[in-house]
Amino acid sequence: MSYLLKDWEVVIGMEVHAQIITKTKLFSSAPSSFGEEPNENVAFIDAGFPGMLPSLNEHAIDQAIRTGLGISGHINLNSYFDRKNYFYPDLPQGYQISQFFIPLVSDGYIDIESKNVQKKRIRIERIHVEQDAGKNIHDKDPYYSLVDLNRAGVPLMEIVTKPDISSPEEACLFLSKLRTMLRYLKTCNGNMEEGSMRADINVSVRRKGEPLGTRVEIKNVNSLKFIAEAINYEVERQIDLINDGGKVVQETRLFNSITCETKSLRTKEDAQDYRYFTDPDIPMLKITEDRVNKIKDSMLELPDQKKNRYMNDYGLTEYDASVLISEPEIAGYFESAISEYTVLVNNCEIQQSEIKLITNWISSELFAKLNSEQLAIEQSKISPKALSELVMLINTDVISGKIAKDVFQIMWDTGDSAVKIVDEKGMRQITDTNAIEESIRKVLSENPDKLQEYKSGKVKLFGFFVGLLMKETKGKANPQVLNKLLKEYMDK
Amino acid sequence: MTEDFIYLSLSELIDGFKTKQFSVSEVVKSLINRCEKFKPLNVYITECFENALKKAADSDQRYANGNNLPLDGAPLGIKDLFCTKDILTTSGSHILYNFVPPYESTVTSNLLNNGAIFVGKTNMDEFAMGSSNKTSYFGPVINPWKSKNSDKDLVPGGSSGGSASAVAAHLCYGALGSDTGGSVRQPASFCGIVGLKPTYGRCSRYGMIAFASSLDQAGTMTKTVEDSAILLKAIAGYDDRDATSSKEAVPDYASFIGKSLKGLRIGIPAEYKEKVASKDIEMLWERGINVLREAGCEIKEVSLPHTKYALPAYYIIAPAEASSNLARFDGIRFGYQGEGETLQEIYENSRDVFGKEVRRRIMIGTYVLSSGHFDDHYIKAKKIQRLILNDFLNAYNDVDAILTPTAPSGAFAIDEEITDPVQMYLNDVFTVTVNLAGIPAISVPFGYTNDGLPLGLQVISKHFREDLLFQIGAKLESDSGFKSWKE
Repeated sequence: MSYLLKDWEVVIGMEVHAQIITKTKLFSSAPSSFGEEPNENVAFIDAGFPGMLPSLNEHAIDQAIRTGLGISGHINLNSYFDRKNYFYPDLPQGYQISQFFIPLVSDGYIDIESKNVQKKRIRIERIHVEQDAGKNIHDKDPYYSLVDLNRAGVPLMEIVTKPDISSPEEACLFLSKLRTMLRYLKTCNGNMEEGSMRADINVSVRRKGEPLGTRVEIKNVNSLKFIAEAINYEVERQIDLINDGGKVVQETRLFNSITCETKSLRTKEDAQDYRYFTDPDIPMLKITEDRVNKIKDSMLELPDQKKNRYMNDYGLTEYDASVLISEPEIAGYFESAISEYTVLVNNCEIQQSEIKLITNWISSELFAKLNSEQLAIEQSKISPKALSELVMLINTDVISGKIAKDVFQIMWDTGDSAVKIVDEKGMRQITDTNAIEESIRKVLSENPDKLQEYKSGKVKLFGFFVGLLMKETKGKANPQVLNKLLKEYMDK
Repeated sequence: MTEDFIYLSLSELIDGFKTKQFSVSEVVKSLINRCEKFKPLNVYITECFENALKKAADSDQRYANGNNLPLDGAPLGIKDLFCTKDILTTSGSHILYNFVPPYESTVTSNLLNNGAIFVGKTNMDEFAMGSSNKTSYFGPVINPWKSKNSDKDLVPGGSSGGSASAVAAHLCYGALGSDTGGSVRQPASFCGIVGLKPTYGRCSRYGMIAFASSLDQAGTMTKTVEDSAILLKAIAGYDDRDATSSKEAVPDYASFIGKSLKGLRIGIPAEYKEKVASKDIEMLWERGINVLREAGCEIKEVSLPHTKYALPAYYIIAPAEASSNLARFDGIRFGYQGEGETLQEIYENSRDVFGKEVRRRIMIGTYVLSSGHFDDHYIKAKKIQRLILNDFLNAYNDVDAILTPTAPSGAFAIDEEITDPVQMYLNDVFTVTVNLAGIPAISVPFGYTNDGLPLGLQVISKHFREDLLFQIGAKLESDSGFKSWKE
C-alpha cells in the first residue's frame, strides 16, 4: 500500500452488527429464523400494531452478556433500552429499540496478531443490544416497494471498537478474530453472506503527528475481502482529496462490491436527528452478579485459551495452533482425532511428533479435499477416528507418507478404513532389508555406468537410484531403510 | 314499564341478577333503548348492542345454572383506546377510523373473563389528548348535567369523556377510562361519578393504545366507590406482556369499603390551596376535610413544594413520549392511508388527518427530544418528575393519604372557545402530579358548583395503596350529600 510509505496514518473504527443466536425476536415471540417466506415471522408488535408492547427475550440478554465476558468486557448491571426515532417502512414502530445512553457491555478488547501484524490490542468501547430492521424490497414489483418484516425485531449486538485499527489487514484480522470468538461462544453464527454479521467502518486519514482527520462511515460491507477493498479505496480517495487541496467531509458512504468504490449516501447535513430517549415501555435492565457468574461458569474455552493450550501442551507452532482454532469445528475435529489416537496407543501419552503429524494431515490433505469439494469440516467424509488410524499406520511404518496419500484418497472415496485398504490392496511398506537389498543389487547391476558416474563425484545421481528403486518396489519400500542401504551399497 | 334497575349501581345490579329480580337480557334490552334515547350525548363511537344481547343470554344461562362469574352480565362501556378483538377501536382518531384489532387488551380480556358485557366503545379525545372531549374525530360528547342558569350543552371533561358521560347518564353500569394526566378523574368530577386512577403498573397496558407510556394507566369510572373497587379487582394484576406491570398482589378491594378511618392521617397540601381560585371549590374542600376529621382522621398540612413545576414537566414528558408512540401511525400497515406517489407523500397525507391537538403535541414532543433541546427540556422535566415523587414520599412520612379538589372548576360549555391551549392544560393542575409520581388517586363526587354542577374531591395515596382510596372514598361518598344525575 503506497500510502503507508508516505507519512500517512490511517485511523479505523468498526461497528459490527451481529445477530444473536436465539429462538425468538428481541421483544416478541416470533421466531428469529432466517430464510422463511416473507412476513412469516411477524408478531403484531413486529408490525408496530397499536397497543402492542415489547417483552424482553432474556436469552438474548444472556447471549450478549456471554459475548461481553468473551471480550473481557465490563457487564453493566444496570442498563436501559432507548428509542431511536425515524420513519422508514422497514421500521414499523417508527423507532428502533436500542441501547444508546448506557449499553449492556463496555470496555472490552480483542488482541490481534499475525505474520504481518504485530500483536495489538483493539479496544471495544461497547456492546449494546438492539432490534434489527425489516427489509424493503424494490425489485420484485414494477410499481411498489415491498416490505418483509421477518427480520424486524431480530436481536442484534452492536459491537463498537475504539479507533484503534490502523490498516485494512488489522481490520480484517480483528473482524475474523471477533467472528471466531462469536462462533466459539455460540452467540452469533458469523455468517456474513446471510447478513447475520455486518460491519460499518469509520475511516479517516492524517499525516503522522497531525490531529485526527474527518471520518467517513462506510456502511454494510459484507465480507472480509470487501472490507479490505473498501478501506483501501476510501484511504486512497481521502489522501488524494487532501493532496489536491480538498477536504474530507463527514458523511456516510456505501461500498459497491462490483466497482470496488465507495459512493456518498448522505452527508452530515442530511443526518437525521434520532431523538433518543429511554423507552418508557421497558424497565431498567437489571442484571444480577449471580446471573453474570452463572454465565461465566458455563463458558467453554475461548479461542486464545485454546491456542495457548495447543502451543503449550501439544508443542504446536503458533501458526499451526492458529489454523486449528480458527473455527470451533476444526478445533473439535482436531481434538477428537487426538483423543481417538490416544485410544489407539492404549492411552499412552501421545508424542509431539504424532500430534504434529495429525495437525499436518488436517491442515494439508484434509483441508485441500474439503476445499475442492466445498465442504465444511463437519461434513468430512473421513472421520477424526479414521484419520487417526491412517496417521497411526504412517507412524508405525506400515505405510509411507507417500502411500498414505493414496490411501487417504481411497478412504475419502469409499469410506473404508485405512487398515482395510492397506491390507486389501497390499500396500504395506517393505521393511524387510533382504527384499530391499535384492532390489538394490538388481538396480545397480542394471545401471553400472550411472553407478560409475556417481562414484566419480556426481553425487546427485543418488536420487536417480532412489527413484528407480521406488519404481521397482512400487513405492512400498520404507524410505529410511532404503536410503540407508542404498548408500551403503553405492559407497562400497 | 318500571325499570327500577336503570339507576342501580353495578354491585346492586349484580345482586339483582343473583336474586333473580330481573334478567341480564332484560337489563341489556332496556339499556339499548335508553342508549337510543340519549344518542345526542354521543357517548359511544361503536355500539355493541347485538353482541351484548347475545352475551346477555349467555349470562342468564349461567345465572340459571348457578355457575355465574363475578361480573356476570355487567354492562360496561369501554374507552375506545382499549383494543377489543373484532370490534372497531379508533382512539378517537380519524387515522384509526377503520382499525379492527385482531387481539384483545388485557384489561378488557379480564373483564370478559369475569362475565362482563360491552355495551359500546366510548368516545374520547383523540389519542386521549384533551380535557374536554372536543378533540375527538367522532364529535364532542355532551355531559348530561346542565347548569342551573343556562341550557347550554356542557363538556363531560376529557379525555375519558364518553365513559364519564355514559356512566353519569346511566347508559352503562361502569366504564373503563385511561388516565395519563387526569383523564379519568377530571371527567369523573365534571359528570358527578367516581373515577379511579390506579398505581402505575397496577393494570396491564397491553392492548391499550399508548399516549404517554410512562404515565398511561387504565382506570375505572363508576357510579359508586364500591363499584370502583369491584372493577379494579377484575382488571388489575401482573401481565407478562407488559413489562411495566406489577407483581404486587391484588387484594379484595371491596372489603375496605366501610372500614373505620379512625387514626388515619390525612394531608392537605399547602401548595394546592394557592391554586384554588373559586369559593365553591374552597368550600367543597373544607367540607371534605371536616367529614374526615369527624370520622376520626388526623388532618395535617403537608408541603409538595415542586407542584408548580408539575404542569410544565408533564407537558414536556407526555408529548415527548406521544411523538414517538404515534410514529407507527404512518398509513402503511393499518388505518387511514393518504394518497401519494412517493413514500414521503403517503406519510404526509396519511398523518395529515391527525387533529390539531395531536399535531401540536407531536410537534412539542419532537422539539423537546431533538438534539440541542433534549437536555434543557426532556431531561429537566424528568428531573422534576423525580422531585415531585420525592415530594409525595416525604409527605407520606407524615400522612397516609392526601385530600385535594379534583379539578379547578366544574364542567364548562361546549361552545366556550378556549383558544389558548395552556388555559386548557390548567384543567390538569390537581391531577397531573399523581401521574408523574405514579401513585393512585380517586375522584369522588362530593358537591356542586354555584351553578349546580358536580364537583369531585380527590384522595391520593401511596403506591399500591388503592385500599386506602376505597376506604376513605367510601366515607366521603356516604357523607357527601351528592345526588347523581337522573332522567
